[in-house]
Amino acid sequence: MPEKTVGQPRPSIPEPPAADVASHLDALAVSPALNLIGVLQGVQDRFGYLPASALRGISRRMRIPLSRIYGVVSFYAQFYTEPHGRHTVRCCRGTACHVKGAGRVLDAVERELGVGEGETTPDLAFYLETVACLGTCFLAPAMMIDNLYFGRLTPQRVQSILRSYRQREP
Amino acid sequence: MKRLQTVQDLERLRRELASRAAPDAVIRVCSTGCRALGALDVCEALDGEIARRGLADRVRVVRVGCHGLCAGAVTMVIDPKGIFYQGVTAADVPEIIERTILGGKVVRRLCWTDGRKVVSRQDQVPFYKHQMRRVLRNCGVVDPKSLEDAVAHGAYAAAAQVLSTWTPEQVIDEVTRSGLRGRGGAGFPTGKKWQLARQAQGQPKYIICNADEGDPGAFMDRAVLEGDPHLVLEGMILGAYAIGAPRGFIYIRSEYPLAIECVEEALAQARQAGLLGPGILGTGFDFEMEVVRGAGAYVCGEETSLIESTAGRRATPRQRPPFPVTHGLFGRPTVVNNVETCANVPRIFELGAEKYADVGTEDSKGTKIFSLAGAVRHSGLVEVPLGRTLREIVFDIGGGIPEGRAFKAAQMGGPCGGCVPAAYLDLPISYSTPQDTGAIMGCGGVLVLDDTACMVDVARDIAAFAQEESCGKCIPCRVGTKRMCEILTRLTEGQAAPDDVERLESLAELLADVTSCGLAPNAVRTALRYFRGEFEAHVGGRQCPAGVCRALAAAPAP
Repeated sequence: MPEKTVGQPRPSIPEPPAADVASHLDALAVSPALNLIGVLQGVQDRFGYLPASALRGISRRMRIPLSRIYGVVSFYAQFYTEPHGRHTVRCCRGTACHVKGAGRVLDAVERELGVGEGETTPDLAFYLETVACLGTCFLAPAMMIDNLYFGRLTPQRVQSILRSYRQREP
Repeated sequence: MKRLQTVQDLERLRRELASRAAPDAVIRVCSTGCRALGALDVCEALDGEIARRGLADRVRVVRVGCHGLCAGAVTMVIDPKGIFYQGVTAADVPEIIERTILGGKVVRRLCWTDGRKVVSRQDQVPFYKHQMRRVLRNCGVVDPKSLEDAVAHGAYAAAAQVLSTWTPEQVIDEVTRSGLRGRGGAGFPTGKKWQLARQAQGQPKYIICNADEGDPGAFMDRAVLEGDPHLVLEGMILGAYAIGAPRGFIYIRSEYPLAIECVEEALAQARQAGLLGPGILGTGFDFEMEVVRGAGAYVCGEETSLIESTAGRRATPRQRPPFPVTHGLFGRPTVVNNVETCANVPRIFELGAEKYADVGTEDSKGTKIFSLAGAVRHSGLVEVPLGRTLREIVFDIGGGIPEGRAFKAAQMGGPCGGCVPAAYLDLPISYSTPQDTGAIMGCGGVLVLDDTACMVDVARDIAAFAQEESCGKCIPCRVGTKRMCEILTRLTEGQAAPDDVERLESLAELLADVTSCGLAPNAVRTALRYFRGEFEAHVGGRQCPAGVCRALAAAPAP
């Protein structure tokens, strides 16, 4: 993968309050009996990423060393240890999309958002990543914003889709 | 729905559903794959138009799963006549209601056409005519969110009969006789796998459905889960009964939120109806099942990695033997079956093993779903008996290559599959297709490449994928895919060293032999084998014959 040059410094937002983290771990009833990956997903669903304080809390409650938890977190593509945008834009770089111009689509997304792959916009509205395959090859080139698929993209369509999300932002 | 206490309750429900008055017309709109292109707007417009004209009692709109012809999105089928419309938008809705529903005529511009003739009936469209849709029979027909609709179309009949009258050994025997083999790609005989797990020591036993469809170019499992989830559940119930497993898991990749939603809903409804849980249909067989959501790792498609991930750990493959059938999830005997494999199981009992094995080849029985994508007219899902040729799939069903281009290669079976050149178009595709041709059926992904594709660029993309997704456990993959990627990047950027092609070749051969999980990027190896001249042109003449690699000159026009 070529290095991206359109990067922005990562926006910093404070960690969620300790009480919020603790009460969410209570709500998930985190204990050694649960599945670690499921717990991590439950935390990320709530906070949008995995705050360090939550990982420490999980480690304590599940009696799993923090190092092992970090091993799991860093293994899977969809765990984030840093805050992300409210919307996640996933550009597909599968083979079908690749031969149908996924590169141009990604360029258009990067241009429109002003960030590169793996980065969040300064207003925390969007996080951009690429994924191996969305499994919607007939829509190629395709992308996903949160849980919605968008297909047969052109740079113009990318622009109008992202702008419509922007407009709906508070 | 109220709880079904016995097998008779289920059949009574089915009879009752069948006796209900059918509406004059049922409009089935693909609301899964077609969603990205406005299917839900079409559904809303239909609901509105039907209400406005006071037709609610006579016309039913069903939000169904994939019809298969994804290239035609948004697609709909209007029953009872079986009229197939494609490219439908919300603006077409008033005309569809006016002309087709009320007037009994077809809207020609929405029908399938090859430019000469117009075909209105789904079963006459060439894309469907040459298929044998066994597993996909109810996909695009039933409402995936309704257990009642599934039951009305025959769901759980096989499970009810088997659980009440068959022994687990008889079930295994029947599946063995059917010749069913793993549809995820490896092709291990399903009956044999179940038998090994049944005989294995250790309790409890587990069954896991592998719905981590990670191969780029494959989307048949997603379509089945979104379109007919109860079929997969029923297959798993039968498998669990055969091996004696009280608990099962469906591991679905998180990139498939709609599939997760459909399966969760199906599980809740099945549980409420007494088709899951303690004493299914009053038979004394207890079975509970849950969804495990993946977290993004391609290697989870390999069964030992999938098991590690299901247990909440890093998904690195285990050394085998011991195999999962003896030492699987939590060290207990575990069967891992792919979605399509599970979905085939109820069909074996509906048809009987002999009839099931009527189609296919000597050692590859039944049908296989292929997902067609790339440079092909009718991309979508194709189900045909095993042993059909690539030419039938790509040309007869897929409609060939658009824009007057020529077929160059098919990238089959994902990155671990192969790149098949035109010379092998007439080779029958089955489990026994010689592996070295590259025509590896694998999961059934068929990505068609036309003559505008550069095989070096495609190979680089595949290697980049393999490198990104390498789990890092074994050095040949962790380092090898990185080196492979570097060589291919040099080739596409005109920076290649004279011996880079040989180096790439030896690396590709090595990886094919030694990776721990077996998921080597074989597609790179076969691309190199059949298109070596193209690779060499990138070195010697610093040319990209297809004109794709921007840093290189395109080949002069012949």
